[in-house]
Amino acid sequence: MENIIKVSHLQKFFGKNQVLKDVDFKVDEGDVTTIIGASGSGKSTLLRCINLLEKPSGGEILFHGKPITGKGFDHCGYRAKVGMCFQSFNLFNNMTVLENCMTGPVKVLKKSREKAKEKALFYLKKVGMDPYINAKPMQLSGGQKQRVAIARALAMEPEVLLFDEPTSALDPQMVGEVLSVMRQLAKEGLTMIIVTHEMAFARDVSTHVVYMADGVICEEGTPEDIFEHPKKEKTVEFLKRFNER
Amino acid sequence: MLPSDFWGRIVFILEEYGASFAGGIWTTMIIAVISTAIGCIIGFAIGIIQTIPCDREETPVKWGLLSVIKFILTAYVEIFRGTPMMVQAMFIYYGSAMVFNINMGMWTAAFFIVSINTGAYMAETVRGGILSIDPGQTEGAMAIGMNHFQTMINVILPQALRNIMPQIGNNLIINIKDTSVLSVIGVMELFYTTKGIAGAYYTYFEAFTITMVFYFIMTFICSRILRFMESKMDGPDNYELVQTDALVMGEGMHTYNPKDKNSYTNVDYKAHKTGNFNENQREGM
Ligand SMILES: Nc1ncnc2c1ncn2[C@@H]1O[C@H](COP(=O)(O)OP(=O)(O)O)[C@@H](O)[C@H]1O
Ligand SMILES: [Mg+2]
Repeated sequence: MENIIKVSHLQKFFGKNQVLKDVDFKVDEGDVTTIIGASGSGKSTLLRCINLLEKPSGGEILFHGKPITGKGFDHCGYRAKVGMCFQSFNLFNNMTVLENCMTGPVKVLKKSREKAKEKALFYLKKVGMDPYINAKPMQLSGGQKQRVAIARALAMEPEVLLFDEPTSALDPQMVGEVLSVMRQLAKEGLTMIIVTHEMAFARDVSTHVVYMADGVICEEGTPEDIFEHPKKEKTVEFLKRFNER
Repeated sequence: MLPSDFWGRIVFILEEYGASFAGGIWTTMIIAVISTAIGCIIGFAIGIIQTIPCDREETPVKWGLLSVIKFILTAYVEIFRGTPMMVQAMFIYYGSAMVFNINMGMWTAAFFIVSINTGAYMAETVRGGILSIDPGQTEGAMAIGMNHFQTMINVILPQALRNIMPQIGNNLIINIKDTSVLSVIGVMELFYTTKGIAGAYYTYFEAFTITMVFYFIMTFICSRILRFMESKMDGPDNYELVQTDALVMGEGMHTYNPKDKNSYTNVDYKAHKTGNFNENQREGM
């Protein structure tokens, strides 16, 4: 079967600093891939390259077998299909919760306002934020903001959803509410790529775990492979440090 | 007959020339308000163009074209900010008539000069306003597939507009006062009107006292109106929780089904109803 996303020999330089060195991986429909690794190992850069928020310096990213880095590629249409949730939420501060979830479908997908509202309410309900449709982002807690951000991304009905440390900016008591939404999405078969430091969550929901170190994929496999039987020295070291925390 | 005391003369002038004052005030206000509005539109348009992202290697033609346009816009901003409006008025109104044989008409010239001036100032203000918005807002918009124009119109400019409202107010007030320089091209705004009135009976002190008060009232009212608009833009301080069960369309609960984007399937997601999140669900590490 054709991979939804296939990354091969991906490289990224910031000036002279090489942040991604020859990264290869692929994502199939229904996969929940979690990317773990120390800070600065290039996890965010990898996700941002996949979403073209950063321009890859070398290598190739294929979406349904077609390269996304070529000239004249429709970035906007592509991003409408590959959603992203950020560590800092990035909700539109000038809009209410409902408008945040409607604006993409209306402006980008050209849906009617009624249809978009129906979709927005449906996904807001899914993340448990439907009572807050009239609130502005400033008036919400971090966990609530992240749930709205997830609903906003879902309202685009993306084929793949990328998460960059969705719970890292949250107070500990709010982490659970966001992870529980994400668990549900995983169970429903949404294809996701998740950068996270929540190891228990990664072990539970992933179909595939990728451990990154210094701009390369150091080790990858099933959650069992990585968490129970890590083969590489670095992986063992990393997980050990995490368990001690 | 001109009364001999100060207040008497004030009343006399108001009675005699009330209509002239009203005309002057109207002219001043209409030029200031409309030109400020046009100036803002110019400022926002330039702000959008100045911030268009463009890669020199990827699209060299577009890059070259943009560079030329940006250069022209920068020149416009610098020239009009860097020269007095009174000089510009003379230059454009009389100059264009003499050299290019363009007869713009006094009113057109008045609106043109004040608008183009405000635009030059607003361009910088808008650029600052756009830069002050968290880049995360742009990334959030890009991540749902918006292009530069959609991002600007829907996300960035509304927030920038809110942030620069105080400067827009400032510009309006400056314009109310500075329309007085249009007297050099013969526009009968409040200052020019007053000059005529004062000269008729030689009542400079009284006539300009009245005009000072009028200018102050105009600027003060405008600044209050703008404040009110700011608080309107901020929206209500609180929000109401909504029972959306009534809002969501029929057939109960739906779930995401990646295979078929148009059909929903029924599932149980009780755990996801509001408030049912277990706070102790925090994942261990
Ligand atoms: N825009 C940028 N410009 C320059 N260097 C960057 C930029 N973004 C990230 N980096 C560098 O790239 C490296 C990897 O960053 P990142 O992908 O954010 O790591 P992670 O998400 O794994 O913590 C870091 O050393 C960081 O300093
Ligand atoms: Mg990161």
